[in-house]
Amino acid sequence: MTFAVVVFPGSNSDHDAHYAVEHVLGQPARFVWHKETSLGSADVVILPGGFSHGDYLRTGAIARFSPIMASVRAFADAGGPVLGICNGFQILLECGMLPGAMLRNRDVRFHCGFLGVRVERTDTPFTNRCRVGQVLRLPIAHGEGNYYAPPDALGALEAGGQVIFRYVDDRGEATEAANPNGSVHGIAGISNAKKNIVGLMPHPERACESCLGGADGLIVLESVVHALHERGTLQRV
Amino acid sequence: MTHDAAVLERHGLTPDEYARIVELVGREPNLTELGLFSVMWSEHCSYKSSRVHLKTLPTEGPRVVQGPGENAGAVDIGDGLVAVFKIESHNHPSFIEPYQGAATGVGGIIRDIFTMGARPIALLDALRFGTMDDATSRRVLKGVVAGIGGYGNSIGIPTVGGEVMFDESYRGNPLVNVFCLGIARRSEIVKGHASGVGNPVYYVGAKTGRDGIHGATMASAAFDESSAEKRPAVQVGDPFMEKLLLEACLEVMRGEAVVGVQDMGAAGLTCATSETGSRGSVGVEIDVALVPQRETGMTPYEIMLSESQERMLLIVKRGREADVERVFEKWDLHAVRIGEVTSDNRLRVMQNGVIVADVPNRALTEEAPVYHRPYREPDGRAELQRVPLDAVAASPRPTDAFLDLLSAPTIASKRWIYRQYDHVVQTNTVALNGLSAAVVRVKGTSRALAMSVDGNGRYCALDPRQGAKLAVAEAARNVACAGGLPIGATNCLNFGNPERPDIMWQFAEAVAGIGAACRALDTPITGGNVSFYNETEGRAVLPTPIIGVVGLLEDASYVRTRLFSDAGLDIVLVGEGRGELGGSEYLKTIHGLVRGRAPVLDLARERALHRLLVDWASRGLIRSAHDCAEGGLAVTLAECCFDTGGVGADVSIGRAPSDGGVPGLASTLFGESATCVLVSAVPADAPAVLREAHLAGLPAARIGRTGGSALRIAIDGEIAIDCSVGEAEARWSGALAKWLDGRAA
Repeated sequence: MTFAVVVFPGSNSDHDAHYAVEHVLGQPARFVWHKETSLGSADVVILPGGFSHGDYLRTGAIARFSPIMASVRAFADAGGPVLGICNGFQILLECGMLPGAMLRNRDVRFHCGFLGVRVERTDTPFTNRCRVGQVLRLPIAHGEGNYYAPPDALGALEAGGQVIFRYVDDRGEATEAANPNGSVHGIAGISNAKKNIVGLMPHPERACESCLGGADGLIVLESVVHALHERGTLQRV
Repeated sequence: MTHDAAVLERHGLTPDEYARIVELVGREPNLTELGLFSVMWSEHCSYKSSRVHLKTLPTEGPRVVQGPGENAGAVDIGDGLVAVFKIESHNHPSFIEPYQGAATGVGGIIRDIFTMGARPIALLDALRFGTMDDATSRRVLKGVVAGIGGYGNSIGIPTVGGEVMFDESYRGNPLVNVFCLGIARRSEIVKGHASGVGNPVYYVGAKTGRDGIHGATMASAAFDESSAEKRPAVQVGDPFMEKLLLEACLEVMRGEAVVGVQDMGAAGLTCATSETGSRGSVGVEIDVALVPQRETGMTPYEIMLSESQERMLLIVKRGREADVERVFEKWDLHAVRIGEVTSDNRLRVMQNGVIVADVPNRALTEEAPVYHRPYREPDGRAELQRVPLDAVAASPRPTDAFLDLLSAPTIASKRWIYRQYDHVVQTNTVALNGLSAAVVRVKGTSRALAMSVDGNGRYCALDPRQGAKLAVAEAARNVACAGGLPIGATNCLNFGNPERPDIMWQFAEAVAGIGAACRALDTPITGGNVSFYNETEGRAVLPTPIIGVVGLLEDASYVRTRLFSDAGLDIVLVGEGRGELGGSEYLKTIHGLVRGRAPVLDLARERALHRLLVDWASRGLIRSAHDCAEGGLAVTLAECCFDTGGVGADVSIGRAPSDGGVPGLASTLFGESATCVLVSAVPADAPAVLREAHLAGLPAARIGRTGGSALRIAIDGEIAIDCSVGEAEARWSGALAKWLDGRAA
C-alpha cells in the first residue's frame, strides 16, 4: 500500500506526512513532484501543508494548475482516497474538488497550537476507525483557516453529512471560543459528496507520536489503511 | 584626492581608512571600489572594533567541528552528525521597518545554516523592546513578531523558543537576535571557500534589485532624526524564494558538485566573492552584466552592494555545471555562471568585459582595519551598585508585588507572541508544555538537542563582566534543566557606539566575562555576531550580550519540563537564594530602578549543578526542573504551577540575607540569584536528590510539596504569599494581550 505525498514548490509538511506514514504508520510513502503527470501506483494521495507557490494570489490558487493535479483529480474521480491537509485543503477548494473557500483567520493572525477537533462522521476512509463525537487533540498552524461556504452550500454540507471535523473546547462543545479562526459553524474539515476526498485544516500527521504532544492524529492514517484492506485493494500484511 | 570628505563620510570611511585603502590598492580607488571598501570595512562586516577582543574567546573543544570564521559553527552530536548553529542580529533594520527587518533577519541566519549543507530544523529569537506603555514600542513588537512568524512559518522551520525583555533603553533601538540550528552529516559539511582555478562561479536565487544598498553601513552607525530616510536600506524578504533556494542548494550539495557555498547577506555579492576568495587564497572574477537583475540600468556599484535577499554564491566543480543547472531548473530558480576562480588573489569586477573594479581580495577582508579602541570605566559605578534605600522604603505587600511582577511584560506569559509562530512543523519539537529550553529530537537517532538564548542587559549595565558571565550561565542552566548537557555556544553582542570609551569598556568587559564562563562551563564559542551602534542621539541600549547554548540529550525521553505534573511531589531548592535584588525585575517593576550589584556567580558550582541536572534527568530522578531567574523564587515557583491545570504549591523557606538593607521580604521572595534551581521529585526520590546535591558541593533543601489550588510561600514560618493559582495564572497569561490587543498601534 503506497501513500503518495504530492510536493509543490513551497510545501513544507510534505516531510511531516512522509515521516508519519513511513516511520510511525509503517507503510510505504513516496514523494511525487508537482510537475510529474502520473501518481504511479498510489493507493492514497496526500496533499500536504505548507505555502505552495508562496501563497501567491490566494492560498492554493496556483497549485491547482500543477501538472500532477489532473492525475489527482482522475484518482479521486475513480474513488481513490485523497487527504488534503491545511494547504492541501486549500488546494482542493481552489480546484473545486471540495466546495467552499478559505479566508484569513478572523483576528488576522497566524495561530499555532494543539486544540480539540471533534469527529462528526465516521463514513469516510479517514475516520472509519473513530467514534462519532470522538475528540482528537490536533495541532493547527495557519493564518488562513477561516472556512467559508455560502448559506445554501453550507446547509447542503451539513445535511449531507459532509462536515467531518469541527473545532471543540475541552468539554467537546463547538463554541465560539473553541473556534480559532472564525470558520462557519466551527468547521475544521469537510468531504466531498462521495466521501472519498477529505480536507481539514488541523495537522493529523503532526500528532502521531506522544513525545511530540500527542498521537491522536494517527487514527486518521490508520483509518485509510483499514479502508483499503476492507476494500480488498491490498493483501493484509 | 579623488573623493572629497563628504563622499568618504557617506561611505562611513575615515580619512585614515581611506589612506590605508590607497596604500593597499596601490592607487586611489574609483567610486565602485570605494563602495566595496565601504561595506566590507563597515563595522558590521569587518568587526574592526571587536576583533581584538573576540580573539580571546575559547573556540576549541573535542566536539567542535567548526569554530568561528565560517558561515556558522558546528559541534559533533554523535552518529556521524553535527549540529550547525549561529545567532545573528538584525537590529537597525527592525527599527526602520519592523516586519521586513525581522523577516530578513530570520532569512539571513537560515541561509548561514544551509549554506554549510545543514538542514535548518529550529529557530529561536531573543528580542528586546521599549516598554509597552510606549506606542512606538508596541508597533515595533507587533511588526517584528509578525515578520518572524511570516518568514519562519512560510519557509517551514519551526520557531521553538526564545525570550523577550522590555526596557526604555531599547525604545529606539530594538534588538532582534535570531538563532538557527540545523543538522548535517559531518562528512557533508560544505564551507565558504573558493578553490580550483578555473572553477565556475555561479549566482543562484532571486534577482538583484536596489534594496538594501548600504544596509551594512547603516547597521554600523547610530540613529538620528533623519533615520526614517534610511528605509530603502532595509531589505525585503521572500520566504517562498528562500524555501526553493534551501531545497535546491541542499540537493546540489548532496551531489558533491560544489566546492564552496556562501550566502549573500550583508554586503551582498561583494562579501560573498571577496570572502570565498580570501578564505581559499584565490581570486574571483565576475561580470555583473551576467547577474540576473530585476531593475533596469543598475550600475556595477549598485549590483555589488545590493542586499537583495535569497541569493547564494556557488563555486562549482568544473565539468559539473550541467548538474547544478538541472537542479536549479527543477526548482524554477536562476542559476547563472557569472565568473570564475582565478589565481591572482584579486576581486575583479567587470561589466560586459570591461573592468570596473579590481582590488586585492585580502584588502577587503583580512586587511580591513583592526582597532584597539580606547576604553575606560565610566564614573559613577560605585553609586550605581548601591540600592538607594529611601527609594525602596515604601514596599507593597508581598502578594501585591507578586501579582504585579507576574503581569510585568518581561515576566508575563509570551503566549501572545509564540502562538503566532509555527513551532510544530518538521515534527521534531518535543512539545511538552513549559520547557526551560527548546528541545528538538534528531530524527534517525535516539537523541535530542536543547537550546536556549539568554542575556540580561540590566545585570550587564551594573557590571558588564559579571552580567556576561551570568548570561552564559543562565543559557547553559536552562539547557541543563531540560536535560541537555551544554556542548557549545554562540554569542550576539549588542552594544552602543564603540567609539565611546565607556561603551567600549562595557564590550571589553563583557567579552572577558563570556570567555571566563565558557571556559568554566565547557561551552566553546563556535561563532556569533557583533552589533554596535545600538543607540539614538547618544543614548545607548543596555549592554546586551545574548548567549545561545546548545545541549545534547542522549535520549529524547530524558527531557524535563519546568512543570509540576502532579500533586504530592516534593519541591527541592538546589542552590540558595541569597536575597540579591541588584538589577532585579522587582527593583525595576516596583521601584523603577536599575541599581545594586549583579548576582554573584561561582562558576565551578554552576558547572556541577548542570551536570547534576543532566544526570538526574537521564535517570528520571527528578520530575521537573526550573531555574530561578527574573522575579526570583516566588515567580519561579509560580511558573512551575502554570499550564498544569492548576496544580499548586506550598513551600516554606528561611529568610535570605537582605540585599543592601532593603527592608521587608522582597529580597527573599524576589531576589535573583544564580546557580539556583527548583526541582520536583516523588517523595521517595527526594533524599537521593538532596544527598547527591550535597555530595556535589551544592546546598539543597526540601522546601515544600505540590498540590492544592493555592500558591503559598511561608518565610520563617509566616505566610508571605497566599493566592490562588488561577488568579496568579490569569494575571500572568493575560498581561501581554492587555497591552497589545484592542489598543491604538
